[in-house]
Amino acid sequence: MDLKFLDFEQPIAELEAKIDELRFVDDDSTVNITEEIGRLKKKSESLTRSIFSGLSAWQVAQLARHPQRPYTLDYIDACCTDFQELHGDRMYSDDAAIIGGLARLEGRPVMVIGNQKGRDTKERVLRNYGSARPEGYRKALRLMRLAEKFSIPVITLIDTAGAYPGVGAEERGQSEAIARNLFVMSGLRVPIVCIVIGEGGSGGALAIGVADRVFMLQYSVYSVISPEGCASILWRSADKAEAAADAMGITAERLLKLGLVDDVIPEPLGGAHRDPASMSEGVKNALLSALAELEPLSKDELVAKRRERLLGFGMFKEA
Amino acid sequence: MSWFDKLMPSRISTERRSRSVPEGLWVKCKGCAAQLYRTELKRNQFVCPKCNYHLRISGRERLELFFDPGSTQEIAANLESNDPLKFKDSKRYRDRLIQAQKDTKERDALVVMSGTVLKLPLVSAAFDFRFMGGSMGSVVGEKFVRGVNYAIKNRQPFVCFTASGGARMQEALLSLLQMSKTSAAIAALAESGLPYISVMTDPTMGGVSASLAMLGDINVAEPGSLIGFAGPRVIEQTVKETLPEGFQRAEFLLEKGALDMIVDRTKCREEITALLRKLLRQPSLA
Repeated sequence: MDLKFLDFEQPIAELEAKIDELRFVDDDSTVNITEEIGRLKKKSESLTRSIFSGLSAWQVAQLARHPQRPYTLDYIDACCTDFQELHGDRMYSDDAAIIGGLARLEGRPVMVIGNQKGRDTKERVLRNYGSARPEGYRKALRLMRLAEKFSIPVITLIDTAGAYPGVGAEERGQSEAIARNLFVMSGLRVPIVCIVIGEGGSGGALAIGVADRVFMLQYSVYSVISPEGCASILWRSADKAEAAADAMGITAERLLKLGLVDDVIPEPLGGAHRDPASMSEGVKNALLSALAELEPLSKDELVAKRRERLLGFGMFKEA
Repeated sequence: MSWFDKLMPSRISTERRSRSVPEGLWVKCKGCAAQLYRTELKRNQFVCPKCNYHLRISGRERLELFFDPGSTQEIAANLESNDPLKFKDSKRYRDRLIQAQKDTKERDALVVMSGTVLKLPLVSAAFDFRFMGGSMGSVVGEKFVRGVNYAIKNRQPFVCFTASGGARMQEALLSLLQMSKTSAAIAALAESGLPYISVMTDPTMGGVSASLAMLGDINVAEPGSLIGFAGPRVIEQTVKETLPEGFQRAEFLLEKGALDMIVDRTKCREEITALLRKLLRQPSLA
């Protein structure tokens, strides 16, 4: 797979292209190619390090949407065994923008639910670009209740630009579907661990994001509205997305400082897509340590703590 | 255009800068264009006597109409935003807040009171759409929760009147988390066995619609209210077609099964308390 580089990564892309070129040069040339490649690789690495040490919120948003970024199914494949996908909301249809099913994480059964984006055009259409309709949220709810019934912890992976704004979605109660999930998740009597793996877009993300622990990958974003949406409303121009991304503080780093997420899972140099295997390792470890903390709690304790946590979000003053 | 203009269809957006009901002796009805005598309109709870168009009213006006006169006590009136993100777009959030406070004489977009309605003790919250489009930030979320907590503590039902464009962008993720916060409070209320009635008024959109508004044990709306998740313009841009007449209006939602009933403002006190008295298994008011 050819690595795709974002605009701000162009200097790295140029170096990498040079390295690729050298690889095809004949062995009998006068220069020591192996040495030269090694030198360039080091240079590329330090360049990447320096570019990635000062990313803007907007650049992070680009990374969160990177077309080669690992998606929910990639993490399920890498972290879990024996995944069996379960389909349908039992009311209307099966929404492929959200996937869910039973799997095993280090042997223990878990219910995994996540937004799913598509890799190629055909799959993107099938997945509706990761934007779920009410059926998707109702399927997620059904699976969470199933997990609750059999005392199986729930893992949710967030990666969506937002819930789908369509006519049918409105007719079938997009608002109610999201609201119902918030309501039920706040009292679900099994541990819920949530990881924002890419884009955390608005109510459509939160609808599977009410949890006992919320983690974000280092270059994921989480926000009430997309930077473009915010810019077009508050700045009256979608071109101000960069400023909007900054103002809203959508990055993992900023949200951790604000105390709105529990931890940030570091990404490999250059982002998750550069080394999906080590990224998955980090995700798996975070899940395991969170579950180890949550599993000893009684169901009453678990729900009481979650409620306390949910009710504690907010910053204001008493005049 | 401000952010809630974008959300609203053009017919409604024209009243952007005006007060919920403009001052003056005569008021033009937005439904039938009739010239209405202000005193008479007020006597009719700002509902057009000719065409039943429900004019928007402020949160405080709403609760004054709803509760028995002199029975109310305000809850968490002193909460105010501290602009946690120091948010600045074309204008500073702080300045927007000060302006909205000056225009509305409210500290934020939600007013919460306890009192009696036709002698039934209850707690009620009402959004003020004039205050930054009734958007929900930390203060709105916290006031809602305190109202619910008061209801739980005093074993009273809870009634919320929504009028909101959604979550408040200037508080970014904090405002998104008010959705789960208010929903968690409603879940606690439900576990206490106390009824929650949601009355959606014009407009109830976005994050407010997708949380506390749709979670009523009984979901009620005022006639003609715009209610939905995504704004009509966003949907039009996405599906690239013109939306049918009446799309996302209360009558449309009733037909689609999202609402239990549509209640005229002038019948609200009677209808809501009649529902609550049954749910509480209390005798009807003779």
